[in-house]
Amino acid sequence: MEHKGFTDIRTVEKGRAREGFGLGVLDAARANKNVMALCADLTESIMLAKLREELPKQFVEVGVAEQNMMGIAAGLALSGKIPFVASYAVFNPGRNWDQLRVSVCYSNANVKVVGAHAGISVGPDGATHQALEDIAITRVLPNLLVIAPTDIHETRAAVAALVAHNGPCYIRFGRDVVPTLTKPDMPFEIGKAYALRHGSHCTVVANGPLVAEALLAAEELAGEGIELEVIASPSIKPLDSHTILASAKKTGCVVVAEEAQIIGGLGSAVAELIGEAAPMPVIRVGIHDSFGESGTPDELMDRYGLRSRHIIAAARKALSLNR
Amino acid sequence: MLHETIIREKAQAIRASIVTMLAAAGSGHSAGPLGMADVFATLYFGEVLRHKAEEPEWEDRDKLVLSCGHICPVLYATLAEAGYFPKEELLTLRKLDSRLQGHPHNLALPGIETSSGPLSQGISQAIGMALANRLDERRSHVYAILSDGEHNEGQIWEGVMFAGNAGLSNLTVIIDRNNIQIDGPTEQIMPLEPLADKYRAFNWHVREVDGHNVRAIWDACMEARAITDGPTVIIAHTIPGKGVDFMEYDYRWHGKPPTAEQAAVALTQIMSEEV
Ligand SMILES: Cc1ncc(C[n+]2csc(CCOP(=O)(O)OP(=O)(O)O)c2C)c(N)n1
Ligand SMILES: [Mg+2]
Repeated sequence: MEHKGFTDIRTVEKGRAREGFGLGVLDAARANKNVMALCADLTESIMLAKLREELPKQFVEVGVAEQNMMGIAAGLALSGKIPFVASYAVFNPGRNWDQLRVSVCYSNANVKVVGAHAGISVGPDGATHQALEDIAITRVLPNLLVIAPTDIHETRAAVAALVAHNGPCYIRFGRDVVPTLTKPDMPFEIGKAYALRHGSHCTVVANGPLVAEALLAAEELAGEGIELEVIASPSIKPLDSHTILASAKKTGCVVVAEEAQIIGGLGSAVAELIGEAAPMPVIRVGIHDSFGESGTPDELMDRYGLRSRHIIAAARKALSLNR
Repeated sequence: MLHETIIREKAQAIRASIVTMLAAAGSGHSAGPLGMADVFATLYFGEVLRHKAEEPEWEDRDKLVLSCGHICPVLYATLAEAGYFPKEELLTLRKLDSRLQGHPHNLALPGIETSSGPLSQGISQAIGMALANRLDERRSHVYAILSDGEHNEGQIWEGVMFAGNAGLSNLTVIIDRNNIQIDGPTEQIMPLEPLADKYRAFNWHVREVDGHNVRAIWDACMEARAITDGPTVIIAHTIPGKGVDFMEYDYRWHGKPPTAEQAAVALTQIMSEEV
């Protein structure tokens, strides 16, 4: 079993993916002076304060100006730098999508776009600040990788992998704490999905905070003799079609769970894959075509259908369709 | 007629509400809202803004667009004070099912003209409203409240250029010039000065006022209404966190609420100020 390290999902430690980002980008900037970080007036909440202090030449404060920031990053990248452009995901890539599309992706500029505070779990700030569409609008861009890591360690490792990859990338993560499911110092492989639990009845593909929810769902259903195979898929593009298809062919039905709109997200990517290669039921768990609202992260995850019980309901539906 | 004392009392009540609601919410922005209480009190209680709390959709109302949506506690407190909804509801700020969303939403609460939060979108919408008023020959005026930090955004200057060119005299921008943004003092992060000259270069009328002097704010608003050949910007020099000594001038209070203990101290300070 490919086990990334955790023992018990209920008692496992929690951490912030954005801290993993801060650590990862600092590692990278220390090791390579061409690595840079650009920020739009959100330095502390995106965990770039240490880098700003320690490596001021590799840090650029652009003010509240996300479009300009993306363009500057493209120029830096076209001049040999490896810039990380960081803001909240609603603004970056929300506000500066055209600059991302042309200045970065079309020119194939080596820019790493960082969407922080993604998902509904950003909480009380409300709908305006809850990035639910970022996956959909980045997945459609040619040349762009799209990564949504599971936890603090995986985010840190993913940053290293993005630096090693020569080309545009988008990485997104949330604000809140999530269970730490992976081990420190595990290398991140772009384009790889991995099983955290094996099962023969239904495949659950998940990323971000929904990986932990999928594991909880699997534990609960195991009590009824239903075995879920839980696959973490932090790499949305490229998608690990080999691993996902192999599991789906074994179980015969699929659930996909993510903290994003079900339209255009990981669920869509998996449904497209399955529909073209091995048609079978695919049920998507995520935000169902609505805006969010203010509330605590927990209240919103409950209300918007992002809990283990929603994955369980989806698995039952997938199983019944498969019968 | 300007009843300065009444407005100052309202500003005091608004500040008290801001502190109370933020402490109850446990998250949200303190510095900007406290700094803008005098401006909001003047607009809503100095008969600057023509509005009817009992008829929020009144066709001929003046409109206020809060471009810097994060300072909505001052707008919510003002609307409650004006009777748009019960003051108790302020305690639901940022909570599940509240009409008082973390950033303003027009479909959630009466008195909110549009949704905002992502900085700089308000100015363009205010321009659209002012244009519609002109096309429809309505005499209503549009007020757009902008923060200084959001002037980093290109959209602000696209709007400033458009409104200056269009000669939109039925539009008044009021800038919360509190000299702070999230990462620090504005003049260190992305200097805006000379801000007045920038607006003048785009054919705007410019007034600079002490944002805590009710008389000066009121005079500037009246002057702006009398002008017929272009938009006016009122640069309101404010103190972020005004009225609470441990918040004043400190950019670190941009985006956090007071704890219960801090709120108690803040309320004492606010209520003991002479009006
Ligand atoms: C487009 C956009 N980018 C970033 C943010 C996050 N943000 C909220 S307020 C703010 C800037 C703060 O400066 P100012 O508006 O002057 O706020 P003040 O502290 O004076 O209230 C930023 C960057 C945002 N709301 N919108
Ligand atoms: Mg400011």
